[in-house]
Amino acid sequence: MNKEILGVLLTYGLSLLVALPLGAAIARWLKGEKSIWDFMAPLEQFIYKSCGINPAAQMTWKEHLRALLSINLIWFIYAFILLVSQGSLFFNPDGNPSQSPDLAFNTAISFLVNCNLQHYSGETGLTYLTQVFVISFLQFVSAATGIAAVFVLFKALRDKVTDQLGNFWVFFTQSITRILLPISLVIATLLAFNGTPTSFKGKDQYISLQGDTVQVSRGPAAAMIAIKHLGTNGGGWFGANSTHPLENPNYRTNMVELIAQVIIPIALVFALGYYLNRRKFSQVIFAVMTLGFLCLLIPTMIAETGGNPALEKTGILQTGGAMEGKELRFGAANSAYWSIVTTIISTGSVNSMHDSSMPVSNAMQLLGMMTNAFYGGCGVGLLNFFIYLVIAVFISGLMVGRTPELLGRKIEAREMKIAALIAILHPLLILAGTALSSYIFVHYPANNWAIKPVSWLNNPGPHGFSEMLYEYTSASANNGSGLEGLGDNNVFWNISTGLVLLISRFLPIIGPLAIAGLLANKKYIPETAGTLRSDSYTFGIMIFAVILIISALAFFPALTLGPFAEYFSLY
Amino acid sequence: MSIHRKKTYRLLDPVLLRTAFRQSFLKLHPGLMIKNPVMFTVEIGSAVMLIVVLYAIFTGDTTQGSTAYNLAVFLVLLLTLVFANFAEAIAEARGKAQADSLRKTRQDTPAKQLITQNGRREISLQSSSSLRLNDLFICEAGDIIPMDGEILEGIATIDESAITGESAPVIREAGGDKSSVTGGTKVLSDRIIVRVTTSPGESFLDKMIALVEGANRQKTPNEIALTILLASFTIVFIIVCVTLKPFADYAQTPITIAAYISLFVCLIPTTIGGLLSAIGIAGMDRALRANVIAKSGKAVETAGDIDTLLLDKTGTITIGNRKATSFYPADGIDERTFIQLAALSSLADETPEGKSILELAAQKGCSPRSQPGMEFIAFTAETRSSGVNLPDGRQIRKGAEDSIRSRVEKAGNIFPENLAGRVKSIAENGGTPLVVIMNNTMQGVIELQDIIKPGMQDRFHRLRKMGVKTVMVTGDNPLTAKYIAAKAGVDDFIAEATPADKMNYIRQEQGKGKLVAMMGDGTNDAPALAQADVGVAMNSGTQAAKEAGNMVDLDNDPTKLIEVVEIGKQLLITRGTLTTFSIANDVAKYFAIVPALFISSIPALQGLNIMKLESPETAILSAVIFNALIIPLLIPLALRGVPYKPIGAAALLRRNLLIYGLGGLVIPFLGIKLIDLFIGLFI
Repeated sequence: MNKEILGVLLTYGLSLLVALPLGAAIARWLKGEKSIWDFMAPLEQFIYKSCGINPAAQMTWKEHLRALLSINLIWFIYAFILLVSQGSLFFNPDGNPSQSPDLAFNTAISFLVNCNLQHYSGETGLTYLTQVFVISFLQFVSAATGIAAVFVLFKALRDKVTDQLGNFWVFFTQSITRILLPISLVIATLLAFNGTPTSFKGKDQYISLQGDTVQVSRGPAAAMIAIKHLGTNGGGWFGANSTHPLENPNYRTNMVELIAQVIIPIALVFALGYYLNRRKFSQVIFAVMTLGFLCLLIPTMIAETGGNPALEKTGILQTGGAMEGKELRFGAANSAYWSIVTTIISTGSVNSMHDSSMPVSNAMQLLGMMTNAFYGGCGVGLLNFFIYLVIAVFISGLMVGRTPELLGRKIEAREMKIAALIAILHPLLILAGTALSSYIFVHYPANNWAIKPVSWLNNPGPHGFSEMLYEYTSASANNGSGLEGLGDNNVFWNISTGLVLLISRFLPIIGPLAIAGLLANKKYIPETAGTLRSDSYTFGIMIFAVILIISALAFFPALTLGPFAEYFSLY
Repeated sequence: MSIHRKKTYRLLDPVLLRTAFRQSFLKLHPGLMIKNPVMFTVEIGSAVMLIVVLYAIFTGDTTQGSTAYNLAVFLVLLLTLVFANFAEAIAEARGKAQADSLRKTRQDTPAKQLITQNGRREISLQSSSSLRLNDLFICEAGDIIPMDGEILEGIATIDESAITGESAPVIREAGGDKSSVTGGTKVLSDRIIVRVTTSPGESFLDKMIALVEGANRQKTPNEIALTILLASFTIVFIIVCVTLKPFADYAQTPITIAAYISLFVCLIPTTIGGLLSAIGIAGMDRALRANVIAKSGKAVETAGDIDTLLLDKTGTITIGNRKATSFYPADGIDERTFIQLAALSSLADETPEGKSILELAAQKGCSPRSQPGMEFIAFTAETRSSGVNLPDGRQIRKGAEDSIRSRVEKAGNIFPENLAGRVKSIAENGGTPLVVIMNNTMQGVIELQDIIKPGMQDRFHRLRKMGVKTVMVTGDNPLTAKYIAAKAGVDDFIAEATPADKMNYIRQEQGKGKLVAMMGDGTNDAPALAQADVGVAMNSGTQAAKEAGNMVDLDNDPTKLIEVVEIGKQLLITRGTLTTFSIANDVAKYFAIVPALFISSIPALQGLNIMKLESPETAILSAVIFNALIIPLLIPLALRGVPYKPIGAAALLRRNLLIYGLGGLVIPFLGIKLIDLFIGLFI
């Protein structure tokens, strides 16, 4: 086993080592037991008091959604206004301009929904003011929104026959004070000490060995890069994201950033088990997610470390694997690992250019986002998984001859309707979006947009198709990574992906919470020998099959025209 | 465990096949098809293909592929629809045939209606169809009872074989729990006055006939939820197919209409969509074959979910009554002599217990005859014993321990210690001791035991594996009840049960979120039957009981509940497994069709053609043909139902996933390849 693979294993192992105790601790705090975070209580009390929140007030699932959606709307308006006026505001040492309304629309939504699609480049598209008070702010609150939402699900699955599902403001505040803020501090410190800039000064410059003068952007980057990963946001300070030597200076920071993005999603899975006192349930979910992760990771690792056959034919030696678009300091195996982690978890930060990945890797990255439930984003990953769980429970319940029930609650027509709707949504948005852009590309190549459709794509043929498919998949999965060849900063892409982002963020939160709320209110049926236990590995296989079948069936033709066609042409 | 089965139609009876065949074309009417959204989209697809074919014929335009190919695709799609309709039609036809045989029993029969005019009762001869609710009629020996009703006066023996198939006549009498009579049965003796209890067309049988005929079938909750899931799969594939057009434009690949429609029809879950209603009807039909009339499909489905089952001890768990199992003579009494005495004392005893003593004695080679001069003493509540005075002056009595003991001790004799011990041990083991004395001296003890029906332990074991808790309801004292419960293997018992106890038990279980089923016949069972989630009333029971329950068992077989539970489970399993099979099929169909669509513009996709199909046209045709053929191939399974195996939920899921999931994945690869090879011979 070579050193590169060992590095990957070590990174994953360390992630689990952090995530497991974090999950246990989250469950203790949610249960109201003594936890390591109790020292935060006075700060939280202060926040509640100053905001006029009664932390003891309980909310129904509808009230939760009302709170969640209204505060999100306020953040959106706030972000939009700052983005379109940033050029004339303070904290702008580089003199960057304000964003165009369509770009601001896209940027505001994109960060609001934890996606971070970034149709701009951080060095020129934002000011320090918006980087800190819009981008970093939204990176905190959007992650906390997801976590708060999944806590409602936790509560609904645990409490029997109730509509009192906790307080959204408490869940939200505590997510920040107890998870996001303290861990971000640690990560930011680690990054800063490894060379990531932390200053409010403007661009610096140096003269290179060739004698050219090079401008180097700076800023309070370390703090943002911490929450960017911890909150599974992915939007970088610099345009080149974590491939940039200042955003991700060395292998150590690379490990820190990789670990940071997976710990909350994994911790939440384990927290669920501790919280429900069904640890096996968590283990099964974790096993299914990990199996999916490995199914995507292994082919990618093989493809990337194997090198490009087209280059091989020219006689070029590729000892390091396919290194186009990759950083030498990370290597092919690590870049492959990152590309899968960042796509299954809705981070979307990159440490290599996915546009240069091998076709197999592109297919796996796309599938990671198409399933969107292997670990998944902060909170929302589990919510997405819950939809698959409901469908799997339904089909397998029928297969064993019993009206399907999940943790003692019957799944009936109403829940199925919501689950089916949410399950359809993802393919609908991705395929319809890609179809629309293909249609415009073919039939209106000369439309007078900032970038004409004819010059949208960096590549012809299947890879060009992949660029469009990837963009909508990334938007619908709230991921934020891209095949960066795509010319996406124009009104069509800004608006269309902006709308996709909005729908694909909030409906998949509303749906699972509605199901959870309905289930919590149902009669509780104790388990008998005839009950199909949802914490058995057999059932795990069923969930895995459902996830696989739903995404494989919906996306097979699209993947065929993109990465598969590219693969078969290449090999 | 019904004693008898009515004539069952072979799975594919030729007569039924003809009816079903005709029906499968009549059902192509769009107004009927729209009820099944999945198959309706196939019908739209076929209509479009028809237009394409006609267009090609009249204009000679072959840009959409050769006319023959388009025609072939159209015909296969049409066949898919016909097959799906056929599945439903054959299920309906079988249900109808079953219902018709029941309906024969309720053809118009003359009714002797009793009309009160000027205070005088008169009999007027009417047709049974003119009888209305609460009308009175008279039936005498030889009459067919015209309508379901309740006996107001009289007692009669009735031949119910037309309904139950059981040839032994039954006794029905006014008052009590056996006052209900069923239309179509025949009075064998005596005369009864009956009040009509149902309006014409509203009897349970009418309801059931409507259910199996499919005319009046309401979708059950699980069926609705499944339809939603299938509809959403269909929508996903509509999205897939519609978006494929701009994708193909980008890839500069023209795709023919035939290819689009074929892809769509192959992807949507036509297999389960086509069989879904057939499965539902077949489930009701299976219930009817078990001689159970369900008031709704939901009741059958709920039966599959039952957690707790209340069963009466007598007649269900144990054979009707106690039986003599052993003779224990007192010290100094010869065994043969004792058996002789015991038999003599029971000669005139008409109770089942008394008869069983004679049987046991006969087995032991002792069968005394009744002789002139014997004076039989009947059982009275006062003496609590019965017996015989022999001509030679010997007085033999048998009875319960306490009454005999006082008698013996009053006469100055002793009640031997060892016999007292025997009496006690019999009682502790769930038996009933009968003490026999002659001239007030102890002769011995007869042991009566409840005999548990053969096979009951197995059944309870099976139920436990299904996750169903069984509860025995008995009037016995807790000690006896406990013993029998343990011996039969039931999980719990209600001893010294009153109707209120039953009711409370059901409420208590339901409070814990469990679904409870019970069987009952008496009027005092009615509240509990109504309270239970599945209440099965016996056909012989009172009208009140039948109204309260949601199923009626025509066989009056108390173990029928177990069968009903299995029918309910089978119904769900058949739906679940065929859905899985249908969806799993899509993988192979994708591998057949998608490369075929794009191979002309992206030749590299030949690598995706892992089945190595002949040409794009044969690939598409093979896929649609497979898709069509799989429906009739699965009809027998849909009608018979996927067998339920009580091996625990996880094991069952593993088993069904392996057979129907993995099978559904692999079989179409083989099937499509074979069809392709076959078509290849002609092209």
